[in-house]
Amino acid sequence: MLLAQLLNGLILGTTYALIALGYTMVYGILGLINFAHGEIYMAGAFLGLFLTAGLKLPFLLAFPLATGGAAVLGVIVERVAYRPLRNSPRLSALISAIGVSIFLQNLTLTVAGPATRPFPRPFGIRVLTLPAGLSISSLQLFIISVAVLLMLGLDLLIRRTAIGRAMRATAQDLETARLMGINVDRVIALTFAIGSALGAAAGILIGLYFNSVDPLMGFQPGLKGFVAAVLGGIGNIPGAMLGGLLLGFAEVLGAVYFSQYRDAIAFAILIFILLVRPTGILGSTAQDKV
Amino acid sequence: MTLLEARQVTVRFGGVIAVNRVDIAVNEGEVVSLIGPNGAGKTTLFNAFTGIYRPQEGDLLLFGKSIKGLQPFQIARRGLARTFQNIRLFRDMSALENCLVARQSSRPLRYLEGLLPYAAGRRGQREDLASALAALEFVGLADRRGAKARSLPYGEQRRLEIARALSTGARVLLLDEPAAGMNPQETKELMALIGRIRDTGRTVLLIEHDMRLVMGVSDRVVVLDHGLKIAEGKPQEVRRDPAVIRAYLGRRDDRASTD
Repeated sequence: MLLAQLLNGLILGTTYALIALGYTMVYGILGLINFAHGEIYMAGAFLGLFLTAGLKLPFLLAFPLATGGAAVLGVIVERVAYRPLRNSPRLSALISAIGVSIFLQNLTLTVAGPATRPFPRPFGIRVLTLPAGLSISSLQLFIISVAVLLMLGLDLLIRRTAIGRAMRATAQDLETARLMGINVDRVIALTFAIGSALGAAAGILIGLYFNSVDPLMGFQPGLKGFVAAVLGGIGNIPGAMLGGLLLGFAEVLGAVYFSQYRDAIAFAILIFILLVRPTGILGSTAQDKV
Repeated sequence: MTLLEARQVTVRFGGVIAVNRVDIAVNEGEVVSLIGPNGAGKTTLFNAFTGIYRPQEGDLLLFGKSIKGLQPFQIARRGLARTFQNIRLFRDMSALENCLVARQSSRPLRYLEGLLPYAAGRRGQREDLASALAALEFVGLADRRGAKARSLPYGEQRRLEIARALSTGARVLLLDEPAAGMNPQETKELMALIGRIRDTGRTVLLIEHDMRLVMGVSDRVVVLDHGLKIAEGKPQEVRRDPAVIRAYLGRRDDRASTD
């Protein structure tokens, strides 16, 4: 029972981590909390649903197409709602983000209707029995593998490629980066694209896991991804991964004992972290930009 | 041949005129120093050259073409790189990475080479690595390549900024107070370094308060005061120019002047 819960925690945790990465990457570069990120997650799930259930594409084709579509959506949101406000007070961009979030929710409600829809299973589900009485379904294994692969890929991109280096440089000092020949607008667009693709991937995986997709599904996970990012240290990429996992485990373990407070746990953690260690677990203590 | 030029450049901030109809021309292979009291407009002019400020009047040219209104990264990619009065390295990156970051400018589209497995991608990477290492070697930091920028001593951070600017591949360098905070020994080494940069065929415009360095390395000196160019010429001439002496030391009847 407990082991089964831990497995659930791992699945929740890796998807929270995927969402948190989008928040943390954007925050790292722009100092902006992209509150429309939960809607990108939702949009990804709907795109995946449309491509598999609507167009009958095979899942392995639909998944990259849907995440790519969400990446484009993320870039459009940045271009339309954030870039014009880049030199405005931060509050303006935050309000703009909330506006985008409401807009995308209602757009989806209008286009797709309010009904909750099932997500077609891409493959038959087999349950593998492991030693120690643990069992894991092929779907669970698939979700965890995809999430982990995406995170490893991101890590490789950030650490080993020129574009990753440009992203790190831009996050450290945007003004200097552009003076060294980096097209920071393009780096920012790419950051939104990658973050959105990861968030959308989480949306598809969760839609698949719970076999349900609806226009308001992005709200809670969006907030929890944000909590996970703050928990790990906002702006810090390994922190987002760690924060997501910790939050996933905390939720399912908490739910074992106080089942009706499951969602409250995430926010209790947020308040606790903000009080005790506002920079998060892996965030450095004094990283104010000059 | 004139590589870098400001023509009648004026930069205003509200009612304040920071740079007022300034003409500067830097020729290929020259080291030109820009001097003047604090607030004279020297760094503002650098910021105009590099695209941070857009001048209200006048034109800026690099290799004979206007760069006015271009974005900073575009100007950098055309071959103008700079260092900063207050060190602005990528502090959490290694010395080598600081130089590698600056390499993008010359190859903007080959972003993903690190992920490509074989020759196609690796060749570009190898070139970048070689030239970044060469830049570190040039300023004497080759053995510090793996050290985080933040962990380097002050004088080495200053040299790393120069190495990073060199790594962009720029043929024209703007150095903003490179000797600030250096001890006499470090300043002497810096003078030699600037001389070697010139020997590579690069062109240097520098802002400096250390007069020994200015007199030692400059082919020409341009003096700004209150946004106006008040003198220009060989170091020895400028040193004796009464307008320059007045700008730095004031004059006896200053109290009587109505400005």
